Amino acid sequence: MIEVLRRNPRILVGGVIIALLLFVAIAAPLVAPYDPKLVDVTTALLPPSPEHPLGTDDLGRDVLSRVIWGSRISLSVGLIAVGIGFLVGVSLGLLAGYVGGLLDLVAMRAIDTLLAFPALLLAISITAALGPQIQNAMIAIGIVAVPAYTRLTRAQVLSLREREFVLAARTIGATPLRVLLRHLFPNATNALVVQATLGIATAILAEAALSFLGLGAQPPEPSWGQDINYNARYLSNLKWWMSVGPGTAIFLAVFAFNFLGDALRDALDPRLRRSG
Amino acid sequence: MTQYILRRLLLMIPVAFLVSAIVFVLLRITPGDPVLVYAGEERDPVALEALRHEYGLDQPLPLQYVVWVEHAIRGDLGRSLRTRQPVTQAILERLPKTLELGVAALIISVGVALVVGTLAALRRNSPLDLIATGFTIAGVSLPNFYLGIILILVFSLAFRVLPPGGYADFVTDPVDNLKRLILPAITLATASLAINLRQVRSSLLDVLSQDYLRTARAKGLGERAVVLRHAMKNSLIPVVTIFGLQIGALLDGAIITETIYFWPGVGRLAVDSIGGRDYPVVQAIVLMSALAFMVSTLAVDILYVWLDPRISYGRRTG
Repeated sequence: MIEVLRRNPRILVGGVIIALLLFVAIAAPLVAPYDPKLVDVTTALLPPSPEHPLGTDDLGRDVLSRVIWGSRISLSVGLIAVGIGFLVGVSLGLLAGYVGGLLDLVAMRAIDTLLAFPALLLAISITAALGPQIQNAMIAIGIVAVPAYTRLTRAQVLSLREREFVLAARTIGATPLRVLLRHLFPNATNALVVQATLGIATAILAEAALSFLGLGAQPPEPSWGQDINYNARYLSNLKWWMSVGPGTAIFLAVFAFNFLGDALRDALDPRLRRSG
Repeated sequence: MTQYILRRLLLMIPVAFLVSAIVFVLLRITPGDPVLVYAGEERDPVALEALRHEYGLDQPLPLQYVVWVEHAIRGDLGRSLRTRQPVTQAILERLPKTLELGVAALIISVGVALVVGTLAALRRNSPLDLIATGFTIAGVSLPNFYLGIILILVFSLAFRVLPPGGYADFVTDPVDNLKRLILPAITLATASLAINLRQVRSSLLDVLSQDYLRTARAKGLGERAVVLRHAMKNSLIPVVTIFGLQIGALLDGAIITETIYFWPGVGRLAVDSIGGRDYPVVQAIVLMSALAFMVSTLAVDILYVWLDPRISYGRRTG
């Protein structure tokens, strides 16, 4: 483990940024200087200053505090949506690949159908249908993420299911479930870990886009995407700080997961190792 | 080859039906009564019922679906609930604007990726290469709406060199049209540029280390010919697949980009219609995007065979 980190310092860098982000999100009540929903018209629209490092918005709310609290929504949507996509996608991929036949055919047509939609458009349609709420955005982003995990897992299962070690396990009487979970799944984990890490980055971006369009978190909840949309109306007065705070936060979080995912891919996936 | 294309086209039909069914169901479970939204001040139950009847909303769902598909196949996608304009007309009016934006973004993305990606691969670890590789991760991490806002802030509001949005007709005012195109096109192009740049660079690096290039150099070819004629040609094959996937990403990006820049295209129409529960319009846009995406994926697969004769889809029975 230490050897892997020493050879791939990028994993450490990405990991540390993500750990910091998670810490800020969990410790938001302790770290945030103000209440993110505290309205105070006497401090409205202040540019960045020592009291308000990222300034205040039109209701006098502290932008930094809203950015800190907003990390909770972004990170939890990222993690939960990927969790949904991972669980559903991997189970479907294991079953489709192992059972084959009609199940495989039906499952893969369903996956093809999901892939036929442009991803964000599908997420928008699902969220709009379920109702503009952050929980629904999570579900929508999770559904859109399913195909990637299904395809990865299924391909791995297909290439391994006739190999000796799987046949051996079956011969000594291992149940299909045991073969799937103990023999086939572990072989797909490297690729899945990479996909999931990059997937969190995509999910955070998607949540920000949905919230930006008014389909995610609803005011007055602090949310990066929604805050950018709300504050954009003051851009023409050159009140830039209200948009730059949450925007930079989204960029940082997405960047950290992309960076880590990339480093993990180089470390875990030998096929892609050659060209740096 | 023809057989392969035909088979792929046939396979698209069940998927297209599934797509249409999903679109239909999603929009019907959407909360809120569209009739109440469009009746305006009208609250007379008889009038509301008449309106419902006019749009067929009083029929059972499966029947509504069948009627919708039947009409759709004949090219009639219904009328907008908001404007009463035929949906096909509403989309066709805006499509050229979205295409203009999409093509401009594609040109920027592919053009810059090819030039910078090639230079970066040839001068590995040079400052240009480091900037390019840094950009490949940063570019995909930047939300396009935030990039759009920064560009508007800097170029339109602080320095006032470009307009912050809107659309001008190309025929009446080509200069204004192009001026208004620059920022949205850059916004839309950035994420896809990052992906293309990375692919161009890494596949060229892969090819550059291969034996046949050493042979080409050994037989006395100039570096220009080696890179342009031998290396680039082969390195472009994986790049083409990536470009294909990005048609979908561009469609997604257009939704956000058109919204920020008040670009009157199909993406903006989609956002407005979802907000206004304009079922027929949203159904049509989602359906058409999915179909366009499927066709472009097929086109890329065909292009792939044409570029690389080693790949054959026809004889797969072996």
